[in-house]
Amino acid sequence: MRNPYRTQKIAFFFLLLSTLLIVVPVGLIVVIIIQKGLPAINWQFLSEVPQQGMRAGGIFPAIVGTFYLVSGAILFALPIGLLAAVYLTEYAKDNLLTRIIKLAIVNLAGVPSVVYGLFGFALFVVFFKFGASILSGSLTLGIMILPVIITTSVEALESVPASFREVSLSLGVSKWQTIRNIVLPNAVPGILTGTILGLGRAAGETAPILFTVAAFYLPQLPASIFDQAMALPYHLYVISTQVPNVDEKVRYGTAFVLLALVLSMNLVAIVIRSKFRKKKKW
Amino acid sequence: MSKIVTKKLNLWYSQFHALKDVHASFEDKRITAIIGPSGCGKSTLLRVFNRMNDFVDGVRTDGEVLIDGEDILNGRTDLVTLRKKVGMVFQRPNPFPLSIYENIVFGKKIHGETKREQLDIIVEKSLKSVLLWDELKDKLNSSALLLSLEQKQRLCIARLIAVQPEVLLMDEPCSTLDPQATARIEELMRELKSNYSIIIVTHNMQQAARVSDDTGFMLLGELIEFGKTSEIFTAPKDRRTEEYITGRYG
Repeated sequence: MRNPYRTQKIAFFFLLLSTLLIVVPVGLIVVIIIQKGLPAINWQFLSEVPQQGMRAGGIFPAIVGTFYLVSGAILFALPIGLLAAVYLTEYAKDNLLTRIIKLAIVNLAGVPSVVYGLFGFALFVVFFKFGASILSGSLTLGIMILPVIITTSVEALESVPASFREVSLSLGVSKWQTIRNIVLPNAVPGILTGTILGLGRAAGETAPILFTVAAFYLPQLPASIFDQAMALPYHLYVISTQVPNVDEKVRYGTAFVLLALVLSMNLVAIVIRSKFRKKKKW
Repeated sequence: MSKIVTKKLNLWYSQFHALKDVHASFEDKRITAIIGPSGCGKSTLLRVFNRMNDFVDGVRTDGEVLIDGEDILNGRTDLVTLRKKVGMVFQRPNPFPLSIYENIVFGKKIHGETKREQLDIIVEKSLKSVLLWDELKDKLNSSALLLSLEQKQRLCIARLIAVQPEVLLMDEPCSTLDPQATARIEELMRELKSNYSIIIVTHNMQQAARVSDDTGFMLLGELIEFGKTSEIFTAPKDRRTEEYITGRYG
């Protein structure tokens, strides 16, 4: 006779084990990076330019470069993504064109990031003659995070109850006024969450900036959006593979800063989302 | 005097014929109830009057709906103006996630009223007309979502009154309320009818009998009988009306 309780216990054990296994790599990455990277972190490391062929000194230009790139990407992707999301949820009828657009967004999300890099190189660097510059890199990153922003914004807009729209319209408020005064304000937290997740993604990617903006080494900070810039992920790649005899501490220190940047962005997104959930009572 | 007149009104949802040749006349400053079993088209009829059916895909209307003598079904009708004039109270109380004050001035503000004193007056008047002023005057800035169901429904009526409509369409406004709250909302409707034309859709026949002056009975998209409430409930002319109000189906 089979014992159903024992079968259940075995199944439960394996389910739990698989779930715990997810935590292990995340935990290990964080622990190792903190352990090896934290000792390198000091004010000098964060505020000075690299020295001795990037074997010493700090990573300040890379931090600044990443900051510029992420800001540029969001400046470009947020307005376009948000407007597209509003169109898709509020105006688009369910027809062939809409389905093609939605399919395109899904596929855009699945494109490998190195392909974005090549695309950005061909379009912005070569065709539009922006050269390898912050502008080209930001636009490339912006296109990469568009699907994230559109998808989360669409979700946020759709989660605003239809009854709000209906009441507003029934009060003689036009459709656009309804979207502006009722739909968008109630979707802001969700949109913000998506935006920050997109920011995190843009900050961490190497491939899209490889051909479009990233500089091996720049002694001075970029002066305009048409300058090249250093960036954290690319800098990490460079000091890990291209420059011999870089102290492990410097590499892990750079990884630590990058990881801290991305994780703290995700943390902000999580906090906003949970605050919003608590407030939402409809 | 007739506020709303429908002539040979037909409506289709794609292939489904939801309203069939509806002829009716809704009087000003009176309460008209539309009764009938679920799916008979009574809510659809209500939503013709403020053109809320426009948002349903594949909807098609035919015939005439005259409000103050003007046909609102033609293409020239300005929906914003129409809906300011013909307001709607929904089945589920649905305040916005805003303060009580902001809920009431929502429509007025968007329609261009910005003076604080003016808005204050509107809030007071609207809340007084739904008998909420004394209860809520000290917490106008607290969230409308914290109110009781009945208070929410009253607030929704106040929010509507604030945009100064002439017709109030009520789509089963009491169906989520308990009997005491229902009785109080009905009392409110009687007070409001001196200033507004009220059309209420209800599946509660007792409610129709209690509150309305005129009643229309609908079945499968047709307006079977329309007349004084006292006559419909005591001496219905049509056999189907009689069967429905005596509870043989519905």
